[in-house]
Amino acid sequence: MLQYKTHSQKLNLIKNGKLSLTENVEYFRDSINKNADLNAFNFVFEEVVEESRKIEEKIHDGKYGKLAGMVIAVKDVLALKDKPLTCSSNILKKFKSIYTATAVQKLLDEDALIIGKTNCDEFAMGSSNENSARGVVKNPVNTEFVPGGSSGGSAAAVAAGLCDASLGTDTGGSIRQPASFCGIYGFKPTYGRVSRFGLTAFASSFDTIGPFARSVDDISLLLQVISGKDKYDSTSSDKEVPDFLSEYQNATKLKIGLPQEFFSDGLDPEIRDILYDYISKLKTDGFEIIDIHLPHHEYSIAAYYILTTAEASTNLARYDGVRYTTRSGKKDDLINMYTNTRSEGFGDEVKRRIMLGTYVLSAGYYDAYYAKAQKVRRLIQKDFFDAFEKVDVIITPTSPFTAFKLGEKTSDPLQMYLSDIYTTSANLAGIPGINVPVGSAGNGLPIGMQILANQFEELKLLRLSSYIESNYLKNEVV
Amino acid sequence: MNQKYEAVIGLEVHVQLLTKTKTFCGCRNKFGSPPNTNVCPVCMGHPGILPVLNKKVVEFAVLLGLATNCEINKRSIFARKNYFYPDLPKGWQTSQFELPICEHGFIDIVKSDGLEKRLGITRIHMEEDAGKLIHDQGTDSLIDLNRCGTPLLEIVSEPDMRSAEEAYLYLVKLKQIVTYLGICDGNMEEGSLRCDANVSIRLKGEKKLGTKTEVKNMNSFRNVEKAIEAEIDRQIDIIEDGGKIIQQTLLWDADSGDVKPMRSKEESHDYRYFPEPDLMPVLVNDDWRKSISESLPELPEHRKKRFIDKYKLPEYDAELLTAEKPVADFYEAVLNTTDDFKSASNWIMGDVLKIINERKIKIEDFPVSPENIGRLINLINEGLISSKIAKEVFPVLLDENKDPRTIVEEKSLLQISDDSFIEEVVGNILGNNMDQVKQYLDGKEKVIGFLVGQVMRETKGKANPAAVNKILKEKLEAFR
Repeated sequence: MLQYKTHSQKLNLIKNGKLSLTENVEYFRDSINKNADLNAFNFVFEEVVEESRKIEEKIHDGKYGKLAGMVIAVKDVLALKDKPLTCSSNILKKFKSIYTATAVQKLLDEDALIIGKTNCDEFAMGSSNENSARGVVKNPVNTEFVPGGSSGGSAAAVAAGLCDASLGTDTGGSIRQPASFCGIYGFKPTYGRVSRFGLTAFASSFDTIGPFARSVDDISLLLQVISGKDKYDSTSSDKEVPDFLSEYQNATKLKIGLPQEFFSDGLDPEIRDILYDYISKLKTDGFEIIDIHLPHHEYSIAAYYILTTAEASTNLARYDGVRYTTRSGKKDDLINMYTNTRSEGFGDEVKRRIMLGTYVLSAGYYDAYYAKAQKVRRLIQKDFFDAFEKVDVIITPTSPFTAFKLGEKTSDPLQMYLSDIYTTSANLAGIPGINVPVGSAGNGLPIGMQILANQFEELKLLRLSSYIESNYLKNEVV
Repeated sequence: MNQKYEAVIGLEVHVQLLTKTKTFCGCRNKFGSPPNTNVCPVCMGHPGILPVLNKKVVEFAVLLGLATNCEINKRSIFARKNYFYPDLPKGWQTSQFELPICEHGFIDIVKSDGLEKRLGITRIHMEEDAGKLIHDQGTDSLIDLNRCGTPLLEIVSEPDMRSAEEAYLYLVKLKQIVTYLGICDGNMEEGSLRCDANVSIRLKGEKKLGTKTEVKNMNSFRNVEKAIEAEIDRQIDIIEDGGKIIQQTLLWDADSGDVKPMRSKEESHDYRYFPEPDLMPVLVNDDWRKSISESLPELPEHRKKRFIDKYKLPEYDAELLTAEKPVADFYEAVLNTTDDFKSASNWIMGDVLKIINERKIKIEDFPVSPENIGRLINLINEGLISSKIAKEVFPVLLDENKDPRTIVEEKSLLQISDDSFIEEVVGNILGNNMDQVKQYLDGKEKVIGFLVGQVMRETKGKANPAAVNKILKEKLEAFR
């Protein structure tokens, strides 16, 4: 059992000699082994035990980085030099990255310990972590249920206490939804806030990297470390990064918007009731609650799947068997080598999205699908910009339902896609969002609240989350 | 060409840019390195990589746009051109499609009949090159990704050309411009300038365009002309025989001198272009455009005009000297040492270019410095050597490249202007050639040439010809 809730508490324990970092790392390693049935990790790095001694020395010498001693897992779509990068796909089964992702390097630069790489849906495509060539991940709260996806391994690892925190990626909800299913905090930053360099692309104009943690404090700390302009990512923003860590506790009475479209049909009534409870508490505490509309919301899933599959279909073209991908053993001519390699290497969901994306970009269909979806994307973005003229943040459910059973939705891709109904619009609009674990349903499964803010207003999300955490969730440590 | 028909030709030209680094990563853009040494995760298309645009590529594109009278778009975007091929690691070529950086320009050419013609440029866009496949080493095909991601500009012309000659002249002019700008070395044989031609024919007076074909694989300027001629003839033959032109891609075969169809499978592409989400739009604001235009070097047409105006050169000289920038540069370097503009021109157009052609070298590698060419001209003009002696000094210079005055002194070639010495030689020559003296006195003054020759022979060419002439005449007249 861990003696701390936040990284600053952990650091103090180490400094005071009440916690041995090496023992802590060994504890995590053993926990991972004991919980092997969760299948949260694709790879565990034994050498962190050795590295922990060096970091511990640094801490005692008083010269250490912001994340010194924090044990972090990273999703297996993020590059770490000389380590496997499989994206939970057979096509990259034997691939090792030759460089390190900027976000991961920033963790290392602050003396974090990377304990391993976590399982996920293949190339981050999925909402349940059932599309992994390395097997399904189970929800630590109840192992008959999915952990959500695509960052299911990163969420499960934090929820099960197999590490202090983790990095995931969020293209349409892949951080927020599994955080909600597993009952932890998961943060999707503004598009451009965190460098994507070293993040294996699924949908380039949607992909973001963000942290999972068990406290707003750790979320703020991690966000602080990984944010900022990167010369290797032209789409990263040079907007100044606020001092999240010292400023998030300055609670201000924010104006909260409730979009009616997110509380209507299809939402589990249990989730709706719990969210309304919190909203009335906030109202009582002096927060202004305003009903708002996001009129183009109903088109978000359609636009999302057209645009993301279009980008994915070309992003995944490089896995062709020519260079580093696992090539089909069948000897044949070039075209058949491509066909065999990709038929054998990709899973069904990835193939489905490549075909869909290839179709919507094809001559004669581009205008009807891709170009139209781009217009819808701008309208959805405008809905949010208009809403944020009136309110500071928007509260919605993170998911229309709590975690579902393993295998329950695998035969129906459309049902699976609807898991993302409340999360994709933030990626379409490029805005930040957080999942706050606000309680559990009658079946014991976690319920998540999503809070959204305008682009580059992450601080508002952290402030409200922190307010909820410190005022309403004190006794609900996961 | 059959006079009933006219050809309609448009060219797509790719030029390799002389930037230090590649288009989207920091790898060296260098030809001839060992295979796969100028590569990194970005140009090898590894998972997770992102492109970062080389600013120099934009500046070169804008330079070419300005030099070819294009409009420079303030905002242009990159697009992905998707296709599978082993030399293309990402599975797409990053190019520009909907909004290229330059549009609506033109180039003027002068044809062999002396008529000028303006040829339109539709667009110029930036893109990256692919790697290279090597098929001739063992049973496997090998891939060299050194060239992958190196920058290219594609220049698409309007279908304004009506003959192979016009296409040839357009291409030569374009090469002249890119080499003057210093953005490309323009070497078609090495592939740093590549050209595909779209060719169709129609009856003269017809407004509608005929079905076009695309001709590829031409690796010299003359081959472009020949391939287009061959394709025009092929199309006319088909139409004359009552056939129809099929839209297809043809490959020029320089050995057989004709064009052959490419396999149709290789050309059935749907490139699925869409805006590249990993790159921001390219914004060229007025300040940047202005600073690029200030770095625009003098272009060939202007330089030619300046040579005529400033150095009083005949148009022929100016045209020849400015055809290639290094030659014009060499000429002006010679003028740093001498003020004799025309002699400098004569020396370069004659002896210098002759050696360059014989030895197949670039003028940059010419063994004699422009300074020493200028000094040689000055020695003649100062009367220290004759033109004839200068022609003897020149081969020595080719071997030694030192101050020609030193060569002249070492080899005792200095001209003799000492009148008393020349008088003595003239006296002897006249004494030995009294028949010729008589003829002169009888009015056959042409014989003086023979006598001058005798004096020069006696002095091994070193006697100052003007002095010899003057003294000879004086002495001959004294016989009257």
